[in-house]
Amino acid sequence: MKISPASASRGPPALTVARYTAVEALRSGLPWLAAACVLAVLGLAGFLSQVAITEATALQASVSGALLRACAVFLVAAHVVASATREMNDKGLELALALPISRPAYYLGKLLGFACIGALLSSLFALPLLFWAKPLDLAAWWSSLALELALVAAAALFFASALVQTVAAIAATAGLYLLGRSIAAIQAIAGGPLAGDSLAENAMRWIVDALALLLPRLDAVTRSDWLLYGAPPTGEFAPALAGVGLYLVLLTAAGLFDFSRKNL
Amino acid sequence: MSRFGSSDARPVSEVPRWISCVLVAALAVQAASHFTRREGAPAATDLPNAPSAQALQLASLGEPAALARLAMIWLQAFDSGADNSVPYRQLDYVRLAAWLRAILAIDPRSEYPLFAAARIYAEVADPVKSRLMLDFIAREFAADPNRRWPALAHAALIAKHRLKDLPLARRYAAAILQRATADSVPLWAKQMEVFILEDMNELEAAKVMLGGLLAAGRIRDVAERRFLQGRLEELEQRLKAEKRGSTR
Repeated sequence: MKISPASASRGPPALTVARYTAVEALRSGLPWLAAACVLAVLGLAGFLSQVAITEATALQASVSGALLRACAVFLVAAHVVASATREMNDKGLELALALPISRPAYYLGKLLGFACIGALLSSLFALPLLFWAKPLDLAAWWSSLALELALVAAAALFFASALVQTVAAIAATAGLYLLGRSIAAIQAIAGGPLAGDSLAENAMRWIVDALALLLPRLDAVTRSDWLLYGAPPTGEFAPALAGVGLYLVLLTAAGLFDFSRKNL
Repeated sequence: MSRFGSSDARPVSEVPRWISCVLVAALAVQAASHFTRREGAPAATDLPNAPSAQALQLASLGEPAALARLAMIWLQAFDSGADNSVPYRQLDYVRLAAWLRAILAIDPRSEYPLFAAARIYAEVADPVKSRLMLDFIAREFAADPNRRWPALAHAALIAKHRLKDLPLARRYAAAILQRATADSVPLWAKQMEVFILEDMNELEAAKVMLGGLLAAGRIRDVAERRFLQGRLEELEQRLKAEKRGSTR
């Protein structure tokens, strides 16, 4: 990515970086991959509905919602990591930082650009779900997915910047995301009636609880059952989204901290 | 991004011939290997032990509604091969009920597990297995009567016409009357006991029930309507064949 001083001076530098980050994504294979995901998921959902004996519509909506969410997360994480590591390897980052732009502005600009791509992706993925879901429920799902993708972009950018290696960054992002989606179930198992009361088992429970404190509650957002049974009431929806938003701030702060200390 | 077959690629003639041959041969063997081991529906004995609801919840990664429905599609494939004259009869029903219970536990609002239990598994021509499924339906009905009464209503019909167990059918009908108290539950369902005691054959009763469900707006799903219509036709054929057999 090249930013000319002339273009950078047209507005806040972070916005210029964000714009070029979004343009880079739109000119890559990402839009085609996203379109292929939509077609593949719709095809699979159509096939499954043919073998369902009841709830065919619910099956299509829930499976499409769940798979499109997973596709969106994978695409955003892979794109962010690939883009950030390529920029570091090509020395594009050094070139960009030689321009009159602060490190925080550059990092925030990149994140904003990736978040915009996430929002575009969530809009594209929400469109086919209009076939089966009520617009208001879908709006809740869409806004939640957009925020979730911003969080995934923040995690991927942080790990790409900190770990530098592509595979390590993707694995770390996937690990954080999967733990975020399953930690509530892990806690339920750890605290269930079958769990023993020995010291080792209690220690395991504390470790799981401590781990949960450091993870976002991703199982509480962008749920495909919102498309079937309706979005949760505001009292439940807003805190879930606020939790993800808070974690987004935490990841951004961690990323800024690491990026500011980085020796290029 | 490099593209397969893009104009800047070298011509195909540049590829060594042996590589092209290996590619074509590998593709042919791959396709042929699928034809030689064409597998049908999984056998009854392939049904594994059911996981706990918590394990299934963990596997769903926060998407229980999608996993519950996918699990039902997977489950209904067991022992249902096209060459199978009596589908589902060989299944281990204790294991099957455990699967249905776990699936229902992760998405209690889904109607699929109880619908399958009532309309597929309870209709198997094995009274012991049928009773096991009816018992499962009756237990799960108690957890959410206003949503789950259609499965118990069908269970009552099975108890009367297939198992010839009128007391059991009346018990189910009474349970609907006592526990399914929401306004959305139609009157005919609340008066199921009268309906059970009437001198109707199975086909007439099934027709009345299907009509009642349609009138109550309970069947909005195209797949469900198609399935129930098909079941009605099957029942009609079976009763006609039985009638012909008894007159000879």
